[in-house]
Amino acid sequence: MELVTIVSAWLVPCFILIVLATSIIKKVPAYEVFVEGGKEGVKMAFSLLPFLVGMIVAIAILRSSGALEAFIDLLAPILTAIGVPPDIIPLALVRPISGTAALGMTTELIHTHGPDSFIGRLASVMQGSTDTTLYILTIYFGAIGIKKMRYALKVGLLADLIGIIASVIIVSILFG
Amino acid sequence: MVNIIWVSMAAIGIIYAMLNGTMDQVNEAIFSSASEAVTLSIGLISVLVFWLGIMKVAEKAGILSVLAKLFRPLIVRLFPDIPKDHPAIGYILSNVTANIFGLGNAATPMGIKAMEQMKQLSGNDAASRSMITFLALNTSSLTVIPTTVIAIRMQYNSASPTEIVGATILATFISSLGAIIIDRIFYHKNKWEAAS
Repeated sequence: MELVTIVSAWLVPCFILIVLATSIIKKVPAYEVFVEGGKEGVKMAFSLLPFLVGMIVAIAILRSSGALEAFIDLLAPILTAIGVPPDIIPLALVRPISGTAALGMTTELIHTHGPDSFIGRLASVMQGSTDTTLYILTIYFGAIGIKKMRYALKVGLLADLIGIIASVIIVSILFG
Repeated sequence: MVNIIWVSMAAIGIIYAMLNGTMDQVNEAIFSSASEAVTLSIGLISVLVFWLGIMKVAEKAGILSVLAKLFRPLIVRLFPDIPKDHPAIGYILSNVTANIFGLGNAATPMGIKAMEQMKQLSGNDAASRSMITFLALNTSSLTVIPTTVIAIRMQYNSASPTEIVGATILATFISSLGAIIIDRIFYHKNKWEAAS
């Protein structure tokens, strides 16, 4: 654990140091180039804003109306049949849609079941091993103006499904 | 596709609220989530400005092309559409590296830059083959050290907060591998359908 913490803490500052040191060796005007790159960041954040507002509001409507929950209840029997514990199902279904909601659910599951319970461990692994597909799709394709996303969403969601099933199997084997 | 998904999420939610009597919650959620989204975007500014600044320096100093050379064999196989010394490869690698170390903050700006480069290559507004592969890699998560999860586990007094790291790495590996395989299947299926 200590090693992991140390590596994580040192990584970013060391990377910055390497970049800046190299820029001096290569005679790059580091500060000017940094500012130039940073300006792109400002533009990017503002161009992302409407994409995020649109997506997040739509998801919030779906959640607050209770429709998402109803949908989860509908799918629950299928997932239970393939061995996913019922407590974990809401997290499994929300994980690809909303990152903040998933993090909230993971925290809640760890809180109620305990971090060292089967559910607690499964929630931890599930949270860590997949990412919010819809958010990534919105940000990446929104930022560069992709209008036709072709088979991207299908691939993303199927990959999430694999991640969820893999988490259940792995946690069952390692900690079951 | 995205239009249909977006409209159905909102429409289903509103219609469901009519039947379910949750209109008040929906009303509140619309405005609180809109402001949440703005806060999120504003919060992204600091990260985007800082990392895009640093990455620009890295690019000009030639670090991205060194990275690209180092991992070329692997990346060339994963992204056969990208020319070998293209800056996109350097950005993809930076994104993957940041993801592996759980630095989601740093990964996003680099991912966007990678996408931008890939768009220049494809030159139109449809997602290219490499973009979808890259997206699949990112959505399957590449995290090796799930720092947020470890922090939550510590907060709730886990006897061993990091015991899930091994399982997470294994699950991540399987989901990433699965993502690449699914991506390949869809690519070939699409190509085959387009040809016939």
